[in-house]
Amino acid sequence: MSGGTALNPKTAPPFPIAATAMVGNTQLRKNVRHATDVIQAKRARVVGEMPDWQALRDAGSAVREHTIRNLPFYLEQFERNCTAAGGHVHWARDAAEARAIVVRLAQEAIARGRTAPSIAGRPAGEPQGTHPGAGEAADGVALQGEVIKIKSMTTEEIQLNRALESVGIHPYETDLAELIIQLGQDQPSHIVVPALHKNRQQIREIFLREMKLEHLGESPQDLADAARRFLREKFLRVETAISGANFLIAETGGVCVVESEGNGRMCLTLPKTLITLAGIDKVVPRFQDLEVLLQTLPRSATGERMNPYNSVWTGVGKGYAAGDGPEHFHVVLIDNGRTEVLADAEARQTLHCIRCGACQNACPVYRETGGHAYGSVYAGPIGAILTPQLLGMHYAQSLPYASSLCGACYEVCPVKINIPEVLVHLRGRVVEENTGGLKTITNPEAMAMKAAGAIFRSEGRFRAAQRLGRMGETPLERRDGQGQKWVSWLPGMLGGWTNVRDLRAMPQQTFREWWEERERKGAPAGEAG
Amino acid sequence: MKVALFITCYNDTLFPEAGRAVVAVLERLGHTVEFPAGQTCCGQMHYNTGYQAEALPLLPRFVAQFRHAEAVVVPSSSCVTMMREHYPGMAQRLEKEHPGIVDEVASLLPRVWEFSEFLTKKLGLKDVGAYYPHRVTYHASCHGLRGLALGDGPETLLANVRGIDLVKLDKVEQCCGFGGTFAVKNAEVSSAMLAEKTTAVLNTRAECVTACDNSCLMHIGGALHRQRTGVQTVHIAEILAGDEA
Ligand code: SF4
Repeated sequence: MSGGTALNPKTAPPFPIAATAMVGNTQLRKNVRHATDVIQAKRARVVGEMPDWQALRDAGSAVREHTIRNLPFYLEQFERNCTAAGGHVHWARDAAEARAIVVRLAQEAIARGRTAPSIAGRPAGEPQGTHPGAGEAADGVALQGEVIKIKSMTTEEIQLNRALESVGIHPYETDLAELIIQLGQDQPSHIVVPALHKNRQQIREIFLREMKLEHLGESPQDLADAARRFLREKFLRVETAISGANFLIAETGGVCVVESEGNGRMCLTLPKTLITLAGIDKVVPRFQDLEVLLQTLPRSATGERMNPYNSVWTGVGKGYAAGDGPEHFHVVLIDNGRTEVLADAEARQTLHCIRCGACQNACPVYRETGGHAYGSVYAGPIGAILTPQLLGMHYAQSLPYASSLCGACYEVCPVKINIPEVLVHLRGRVVEENTGGLKTITNPEAMAMKAAGAIFRSEGRFRAAQRLGRMGETPLERRDGQGQKWVSWLPGMLGGWTNVRDLRAMPQQTFREWWEERERKGAPAGEAG
Repeated sequence: MKVALFITCYNDTLFPEAGRAVVAVLERLGHTVEFPAGQTCCGQMHYNTGYQAEALPLLPRFVAQFRHAEAVVVPSSSCVTMMREHYPGMAQRLEKEHPGIVDEVASLLPRVWEFSEFLTKKLGLKDVGAYYPHRVTYHASCHGLRGLALGDGPETLLANVRGIDLVKLDKVEQCCGFGGTFAVKNAEVSSAMLAEKTTAVLNTRAECVTACDNSCLMHIGGALHRQRTGVQTVHIAEILAGDEA
């Protein structure tokens, strides 16, 4: 990425702190709310058209569950079939390995381009090393080069652009939103609509500045035209492309990418080399499974009945398709924490995700903060469960708490991931990590929770606590104009409450005291029985 | 019918009037009400904050109090959601220590009802014969809406109250931002969500907001009071208990 601080959960501030800054950014909140409102309304409309929507969700959920349960089998099947079709499959354990593999493949591709008659009119570098054209020019200086990219959150996850730039390869994002992010030296804030936090005027300013334009209108058409002109030259010149994948099809070894702008189609078909990076969770068993997923994904993601561009390609052009599509095709399968998620039976469903982003749009927390507060390229409810798991729970401990558990995410998820359930499970893991022995004693929340737990385990202690609470609260109570008692200031952790809300004072009589009094007086409940 | 009340720890402590109203409605409908004295808390706060081990012992306590009840009525959809979603799993973890608890929970849970749900689904009522001459708006709490799928049950009950002027809340399905410890742990975001909700409430020009959960109402009411709006919050049972007296 050209500049900007990358979203890195290992160094990001805890969610409540990052979110506070975002809540203060009224322009950002307005943009995010407006955009999510628009997408949500579109989604609701096209989902409402489907009488079998719930059945489709069930079917999607079943496909994903079956795949994830049998992941090794389908991955191996994919590898076999992809290889048979002329593709090369690489396995990466973590982000560093994946970056190294992609960088090497890109360097090789660029070197190959230099040895071939150069369409860009550049001097061809001599390939060297064990790999044909292993990325270094004859004089030992790293090859400068360029790649075009289709929007891929997985490449964001591993911060691929920086790695490419560090060896002198410039990646051009070709998705409009990603282009805006890249030119604006910004970070994606949504998995489907990465520039959702920017409005049209802000985009126009970025384009004017970065594309060095003198005039630019501000209609969506003007902006799209400018991007198109800017990108067309890249499509025609750059011979190496990097993509993500929406689905990997085990049965055929095919890769599926869905998109709305046609930039993906350009990247998939024009370049000589195509490098696809995909999480190992992206596989589905059969071509036929796309029937369900390609109905639910676009409707959930952008509120479209179908994506304008659905591309499935299998290996390299052969037979009648010779000369069509890439000559060199690589798939880099990355784990990066996913097998650990697989090992946790209660959180495993996280891997069913098809990255539609519907949960982000529906999430009232995301609506107020936008994506950057999550400190990760995966924001919103899916980010809140995925990020801490990919990182092994050690970082991003505040993310499972970045939810009011309202359930809106679960309601819209096209593959029925019970996100609230996973959030609560992960909270349990966070508490486990932060308590036990001395850790509990030095943790005020844990101490308070343990004390409350002990109170609720005994009726007598509960009653005593009610009385104590009433006494403790009395000095803080104030009468309002109506003569009602309220508390407007609470100490410590509870101060978060009284910053913006009052708290009604505790009544003089609890329900159970009232009930007992009534029984003593022989009210109706006393007689019945 | 003999109805056992689980009044919930926060209603007991902070909103006893909701419990009294539940008693009034049920008795007016001819039911016998009992209140098992040993009850305390369903464990939701602990469970949802990640202190699941602390919530576990509260389940055998709940079962002991209510195992013989014909029906258990709870004036809180979030507590009922907690029970339906998590008690079966918690029972599994307790089975070794408490043999038979899995079966007991399975047999008890279908007898546990959220208050409005008991009226509409168990008793099949639409009109409980209440009178409440005020302009009211209804907030569908997340747990009632999605956790229990209450649908338009509560609104139907309200619509049939004599004298009521029931006005629809904009974005009724959106969370108010309470979320238990969320309101304290993420106070800023919570209050931003709350601001959207109170704006919607004020736009209805209602005199009061009602809901099936006093937890949401405590949150919404706290902000309405801080802003000196004069808009009151009342639990749905208090409206349904309304009488021409
Ligand atoms: S969790 Fe569900 S709703 Fe969210 S992005 Fe994944 S598939 Fe979409």
